[in-house]
Amino acid sequence: MATQTQITPSIERPSAFRAFFDAVQDWVTTVDHKKIGLLYIGYALIFLIVGGVEAILMRIQLWAPNNHFVSPQTFNRLFTMHGATMVFFVGMPILFGFGNYLVPLMIGARDMAFPRLNAFSFWISAFGGLLLYFSYFAGSGLYGAGTAPDVGWWAYSPLTSRVFSPGHSTDYWTLSIFISGIGSIGTALNIVATTLCMRCPGMKLSRMPLLVWLYLVTSGLVFVTISPLTAAQIMLCIDRYLGGHFFDTQAGGSAVLWMHFFWIFGHPEVYILVLPAFAFANEIIPVFSRKAIFGYPAMVSASVGIGFISLTVWAHHMFTVGMGPGPNAFFTFSTMVISVPTGIKIFNWVATLWGGNIHFTTPMKFAIAFLFQFLVAGLTGIMLSASPFDWQLSHSYFVVAHFHYVLVGAILFMIFAAFYYWYPKMTGRMLSDKLGTWHFWLFVIGFHLTFDFMHVPGLLGMPRRIYTYEADRGWQIWNMIVSSGAIFQAVAVLIFAYNLVVSWFKGEKAGPDPWDAWTLEWSTTSPPPTYNFSVIPTVESRRPLWDAKHPEEPDAHFE
Amino acid sequence: MSTAIAVAHHPQEWTLPSRGIVGMACLVIAESAIFVIFVVAYLYYIGKSLNGPTPREVLDIPWFASICLLSSSITIHFAVHDLRASRLARFTGWLAATVLLGGIFLGATAIEWYDLIYRRGLTISTNLFGTTFYSLVGLHASHVIVGLFMLSLTLVLALIGKVNQHHAERLEVVSVYWHFVDAVWVVVFTVVYILGR
Repeated sequence: MATQTQITPSIERPSAFRAFFDAVQDWVTTVDHKKIGLLYIGYALIFLIVGGVEAILMRIQLWAPNNHFVSPQTFNRLFTMHGATMVFFVGMPILFGFGNYLVPLMIGARDMAFPRLNAFSFWISAFGGLLLYFSYFAGSGLYGAGTAPDVGWWAYSPLTSRVFSPGHSTDYWTLSIFISGIGSIGTALNIVATTLCMRCPGMKLSRMPLLVWLYLVTSGLVFVTISPLTAAQIMLCIDRYLGGHFFDTQAGGSAVLWMHFFWIFGHPEVYILVLPAFAFANEIIPVFSRKAIFGYPAMVSASVGIGFISLTVWAHHMFTVGMGPGPNAFFTFSTMVISVPTGIKIFNWVATLWGGNIHFTTPMKFAIAFLFQFLVAGLTGIMLSASPFDWQLSHSYFVVAHFHYVLVGAILFMIFAAFYYWYPKMTGRMLSDKLGTWHFWLFVIGFHLTFDFMHVPGLLGMPRRIYTYEADRGWQIWNMIVSSGAIFQAVAVLIFAYNLVVSWFKGEKAGPDPWDAWTLEWSTTSPPPTYNFSVIPTVESRRPLWDAKHPEEPDAHFE
Repeated sequence: MSTAIAVAHHPQEWTLPSRGIVGMACLVIAESAIFVIFVVAYLYYIGKSLNGPTPREVLDIPWFASICLLSSSITIHFAVHDLRASRLARFTGWLAATVLLGGIFLGATAIEWYDLIYRRGLTISTNLFGTTFYSLVGLHASHVIVGLFMLSLTLVLALIGKVNQHHAERLEVVSVYWHFVDAVWVVVFTVVYILGR
């Protein structure tokens, strides 16, 4: 895009090795929020492939009854690693990556509040992911390989005690979650400090892009949810290494306490992952409806509301434990209440679309699919929130289908939308629309084949985490359909990966503002210079670029 | 070079909070959540140990150490106040007093633990009380150690004359952390030595 100055031929060009070394050094030592954001995203994409391969292996195993594609032990490791990878080393880093990249640009800042802390947070999180996978080589020390954690991603006690988890595989899990949690808290701290302390003149809280608002709420949630998990991991370490009794039922300890501690983290974690997806929708849907977002204050308060209510719903994961009528009623109620602010959001997105001049670009297609799928995910969520219904279907494939509807149908779809929407800003080139369309339709078909039909074996009584099943259960045809959907999804993701690589080199030049959007990141060049803005902008409304493009009718008059 | 879109630039009155204070406040929130989990575990396991010793048998209330630690919140406050007013000698004095009081607290904890482990036979693996006691008090003590490290570093820099008025905000960030450590002690003290006995 830029016309580069011709290097005078007399100067000796650096060797290829030297240039490569310099590039590596540049990326490893960078404290630039954009580069760290891209590192987060690239790192998460690698783990997305790894976690995806694990999912496909499991689907091959479950394709037919009495299958012996993988051993039961391997299957246990696969679902444990798949869950831990997707939540901690795909979901969190990819969302933090976008946050790192976008938050400073959107509030007119030149970097995050603490650039070095930012780099530290990324690298310690990255180390956590590597540590988790190192367990495949070192889980039993020198005695044998293939001993990744197999305790499930929530690692219920007493399964994690020394007796039932000999060797070190569980310790790798504990430590990797612990240190990646430190990284998450560091990044969240950074996002909050950046949002509160680095805004450009005029960027009041009431004018911040909704994406920034949602990242603020997400980061706040990280403090109060990742920390309990960190605390619980410390306790588990004390139990395993210092002979403590926190979760040792033989010495009066409580296994249920671990469940509470885990889900105090575990449920708000869902909102930590889904709020950034909402954030992307908040930016993408208005731009391609050519309308300002409907009900900005309602959106902000709904987001903050979700943040608070999400802290009170955790034990709906524990209805089958037998907590008694009081807690069951409370957590059923709070779980149903949280659908109210979530519903407000869906209504506001629909109202933004209503009467808009809708452009069905690739990001918008993903966003529309997100709206439908998130609605369905919410509806099965309300079904499961009723504790009697949950008693029947807890720990079945119905639950697996429900939460994958949220994690894939809502979150992953919006992550794809975000890629198509911001890739031009990050690289200066557009992603191919044609490949994007293929990606979208194949993924939609694959997603619905897999996760719509996954509800059925759940209703028929198929428990989750079983490595195989008998032929006479009537689950076979459903599992075949579910597994066949995985093929479509895998092909779609490969097309996406191909698109990312090819468009990097050959994509259409994007220019600073390919979507005719309204937030500050589009006011600078694509990709933005290291310093983001040569002059720190001043804003007077929620859509500063609208004001700049339409000086005769600025937004400030209407807010 | 593709041209960036010009966004109006009107200089105006614009003040934002200090990022150091905000960052430390975030850390305090995150750390509080960790402590909440440990405190909940402690409260939940009171009286659930299957064997002795019980808290009433072995714990003495550490009045003196607690008074020292809580007083250090006052001394650090004065230290920040004097540094901001550029009264460097008094600042160094208050800071040294803070380090001393924190050190006394840590020393008292060490003596208490030595006594518990070697004379009264309570270790982290003895029973649930031991597990929760050493975890919670130890978690707090480790925060005291971190705080003392930061304060001592500041004290050394102050003694060799490297600290001046411009560093007042940074010292304030440290003082927020130190106040937090003291506030946590109030909770730990209440839970362990009052409710727990």
